[in-house]
Amino acid sequence: MSIDVVIVRTGIANLSSITAGLERAGGRVTVTEDPRVVREAMRVMLPGVGAFKAGMDALNASGMADALRERIAEDRSTAGICLGMQLLCASSEESPGVAGLGIVPLPIGRFKGGNIRVPQLGWNRVEAPDDARLLRSGYAYFANSYRLDQEPKGWACAFADHGGRFVAAMERGNVLGCQFHPELSGEYGLETLKRWLRL
Amino acid sequence: MLTVRVIPCLDTRDGRVVKGVKFQGLRDAGSPAELTAMYERQGADELVLLDVSATPDGRKTAYETVRTVRKHLTIPLTVGGGVRSAEDAKALLEAGADKVGVNTAAVTRPELISDIATFFGSQCAVLAIDAAKRKDGKGWEVVVRSGTERTGIDAIDWAREGEKRGAGEILLTSWDRDGTKSGYDLELLSAVSKSVRLPVIASGGAANPEHLYEAVKAGADAVLAASIFHDGIYTVGDVKTYMKQRGVEMRL
Repeated sequence: MSIDVVIVRTGIANLSSITAGLERAGGRVTVTEDPRVVREAMRVMLPGVGAFKAGMDALNASGMADALRERIAEDRSTAGICLGMQLLCASSEESPGVAGLGIVPLPIGRFKGGNIRVPQLGWNRVEAPDDARLLRSGYAYFANSYRLDQEPKGWACAFADHGGRFVAAMERGNVLGCQFHPELSGEYGLETLKRWLRL
Repeated sequence: MLTVRVIPCLDTRDGRVVKGVKFQGLRDAGSPAELTAMYERQGADELVLLDVSATPDGRKTAYETVRTVRKHLTIPLTVGGGVRSAEDAKALLEAGADKVGVNTAAVTRPELISDIATFFGSQCAVLAIDAAKRKDGKGWEVVVRSGTERTGIDAIDWAREGEKRGAGEILLTSWDRDGTKSGYDLELLSAVSKSVRLPVIASGGAANPEHLYEAVKAGADAVLAASIFHDGIYTVGDVKTYMKQRGVEMRL
């Protein structure tokens, strides 16, 4: 049985891995740039690599930003991955002066601390709260230079550590934000995608 | 805390794995799809595909191989060999690579690094540096065209420049050690690792788990190896267990 899921195309994001990952998890994937499709869809995934500003510019130009805000306000199944999770927030140190979707009223900052590599590239230990619906503890693959380091109110958060604690993933109702790449995180990631698809 | 990554590397040519891979239980030891799946099962943290023939012959990397491998692979995939432009990088990313390695073409035209970083993000721009000890023994110079040409460029300066231009990672191969089974060039590794803030992947010379462990002690964030795994003497799991027992953070 296939579960329909729509991926939002944000400019030049590489969609092959996320498409393959969702298909392995049982998803039937459509890619769209059309906000009307995003308004209608049962499940929407917002992926993203590259810079915060480029991502927001793409969402604002097409009216996609409002379509995403609306569906998240209605708690309809939506997931933001990597930059896609960051775009849910208010702003980012990466692109000063650029407003994010503002669903989480917190800023994204660059990794700080003397003894760490930036970007964070590799597998990090994620600790999830016991009562989370989608999130579990385990190892996940990250590729990022910026991160959310405060816990947003009303979201259940899983944390990892890279020069200090940061939000590895967060969930609120049917909305999931993953700083890590579930599509590249082996069994752990595959199971995360399956749980989200089956909400 | 990040774990240390263990990365098997497969050299490919015309869609086949080359460089003598010996395995039991595989129908076809030259199939990239089968070998990548096997390494993933063994616990590889990431994989690198390198089209060895690409740079000297001007041959394009096998996009079809990448597409086939991507379908089943649930871990990150870096592809290198013959990447000359942001267009080449884009084609590989679209085929299913998560990161693209640049080498010779970046030395010829360093803007290639910034082009890839700007369009696709630093996280997918891997600067592959092949380094050889200078003939006078003072430091290391960058070599290109699969080691056939010495450039005179200081390897540490080049790593720093790569970082400034937006590379997200350094894949550092010791050309003196590659294929010798005498261990990584730890001095080179330590020097580069201290000079940049980027993650550094050690490559060239590994023959046993101890070599990989030494590289980590010398500052490597990830260790890449080929023949140690292809010969079938050690699995990725063996190597990771060995390091974990010595206190290295591992995903097991």
